[in-house]
Amino acid sequence: MPGASTNGHARALKSDPRDHRAGQLRLAIVGSVDDGKSTLIGRLLFDSKQIFQDQLEHVEETSRRRGDGYVNLALLTDGLRAEREQGITIDVAHRYFATPRRRFVIADTPGHIQYTRNMVTGASTADVAVILIDARKGVVEQTRRHAYITSLVGVRHLVVCVNKMDLVGYDEAAYEAVAADFRETATKLDIPDITLIPVSALNGDNVVDRSQNMPWYEGPPLLYHLEHVHVASDRNLHDIRFPVQYVIRPMSDEHHDYRGYAGQLASGVLRQGDEVVVLPAGLRTRVKTLDTYDGELAEAFPPQSVTVLLDDDLDVSRGDMLVGAGDQPQTARRLEATICWMIEQPLVARGRYVVRHTTREVRAIVDEVVHKVDMYSLGPDADASQLGLNDIGVVRLRLSGPLVVDDYRRNRETGSFIVIDEATNATVGAGMITGADN
Amino acid sequence: MSPKTYELTHLRNLESEAIHIMREVAAQLERPVLLFSGGKDSIVLLRLAEKAFRPARFPFPLMHVDTGHNFPEVIEYRDRRVSELGERLIVASVQESIDGGRVAEESGPRASRNRLQTVTLLDAIEEHDFDAAIGGARRDEEKARAKERVFSFRDDFGQWDPKAQRPELWSLYNGRIRKGEHVRVFPLSNWTELDVWQYIEEERLEVPSIYFAHRREVFRRDGMLLAVSPYVQLMDGEERFDASVRYRTVGDMSCTGGVESDAATLESVVAEIAATRITERGETRADDRVTEAAMEDRKKEGYF
Repeated sequence: MPGASTNGHARALKSDPRDHRAGQLRLAIVGSVDDGKSTLIGRLLFDSKQIFQDQLEHVEETSRRRGDGYVNLALLTDGLRAEREQGITIDVAHRYFATPRRRFVIADTPGHIQYTRNMVTGASTADVAVILIDARKGVVEQTRRHAYITSLVGVRHLVVCVNKMDLVGYDEAAYEAVAADFRETATKLDIPDITLIPVSALNGDNVVDRSQNMPWYEGPPLLYHLEHVHVASDRNLHDIRFPVQYVIRPMSDEHHDYRGYAGQLASGVLRQGDEVVVLPAGLRTRVKTLDTYDGELAEAFPPQSVTVLLDDDLDVSRGDMLVGAGDQPQTARRLEATICWMIEQPLVARGRYVVRHTTREVRAIVDEVVHKVDMYSLGPDADASQLGLNDIGVVRLRLSGPLVVDDYRRNRETGSFIVIDEATNATVGAGMITGADN
Repeated sequence: MSPKTYELTHLRNLESEAIHIMREVAAQLERPVLLFSGGKDSIVLLRLAEKAFRPARFPFPLMHVDTGHNFPEVIEYRDRRVSELGERLIVASVQESIDGGRVAEESGPRASRNRLQTVTLLDAIEEHDFDAAIGGARRDEEKARAKERVFSFRDDFGQWDPKAQRPELWSLYNGRIRKGEHVRVFPLSNWTELDVWQYIEEERLEVPSIYFAHRREVFRRDGMLLAVSPYVQLMDGEERFDASVRYRTVGDMSCTGGVESDAATLESVVAEIAATRITERGETRADDRVTEAAMEDRKKEGYF
């Protein structure tokens, strides 16, 4: 990477990574090598001083040996031998870096259509998605697909980096044309917060440091934006959802009657004394204690892991869900869901699978493939009767037992599931619930 | 933690995720085991297991794959910590694998028992019929590990197939396996070395003394300071000398390098780690230097 070895110009960061009071932001960066994704990640890591000296030396040496002609930062992120050999990113890789304001987890995600499932995987836990557009090419089919998947997977914040601005002379009109085109595309999406930033990942313009080459751009550089984007209110703090994960029963003399329901709060704020309903059974009781190793809590919020002790001695076990008495989810034996399919062997009507949702597993039969999304036009293809590898579509499922669900758009934790093939035990699909019926 | 905004610090976020993963193992698998080496990552695992399961006992035993070439300070710490916790420790011995003819000892000045551990580990998993092994590996350690899943599937031969990994979405982990297969589970996947040290500091966890600066007889090899010990032969031109060192990782005495340091307290160690510009494996582990894909190759065979 040109400029990577210079350390003279001022860095915005005087970071003390020891400051760990900061929160965490999960980021999916989507794109292919052609878009400059690896260079962008390399630039973020390098300019925020998160690439270690031995890693950089190693990448420099390997680049020279391969005759790459520049420091190929893709070598840093593409960790598997097959990826280095083929010069592509196959799988989601995770990178970590921190600034004084925030700690970041990057899911480095391949962008080609044949890796749609990897993008869905990387975006499933992301707070923010970053997609790249080549300023010379503008909004292309791949851009629209990336934006569509971001929206589908429920990422609330999207940053569009219009990259390679150096190759269009840092021209404002060129940027504005791409930006206008993207905003037009975005009207069809359900992403409340979209930010566009003109960058040159290669030269570092507007990545960590503000660009001197684009005085017409008045917004913040990428890293500043990522440090400040407000994600706390994305969480659902209204609907109390506590999937029981594990029952803690010490069976010792000291804790003879201790029966605690351990789990991670999926949403809502759960307080001592709250009335809760145990679903799917429908029994009512109250929270006696919110226990942790570090002592009792007055209240718990997502994503805290706690142990709940109840007032009444009820039959509660893994797979049950404690919910608020007021705002109850749907107890469903039929689901409509958008599914991303992840294996060669297609999903077809009458297909039988296992569905894992929160801490519960049930069997499922595909009643109907409603439609498949045409990944080029992004419109529904109602004639499709099956979903193949990397296809996305809407299906109806019938379940062997009840699941306690919310709509995915309302609750990512209780609205999502994975599909497992019972014969191979492989994870074969990812589902987002759009409708439920008893 | 601020009660008004309901936000966790990043360490408490990582902690909660790891507790969730631990409980998922206990709920989904029948015979898990937690790999405990006495190193800093597995020390954190033990605290997370306490947080996940107390006041009950752990729903799994602990296991150490003992190469016989460990630092004595670490073994002493291991046994003390296990007895404090009141949990059960299984020691799987590489020496016994050698004596039983399962593996052959490497010879020469660069001989290491590192690779032999894989056989001992897989044999122990089979002998005890374990279906899950919880380990302290982190994705930031090495680039092959950056692609590793939290629930990482191993076939009947203990092998990892990086190109056929199960996709991992949301916080839904698929631990379904057939008889003879097992999963490796890595609750610290999203932690960095600095996170581990900060957590040790916040939780006031005791760590073996070799993590702090101490004087020791060492020699220089491949730019690393290796401890003089019965397990490694000096080559021509290598000279022993006295230095103030501490260790960033805990492995065999034969292949774990120390770093020159005066950091004698937890606080000063954390400060040094925060300021370092070299990765922990690059600085201290000879075993990863063999080839570019050394870790990937060993992992495919069933290494930790």
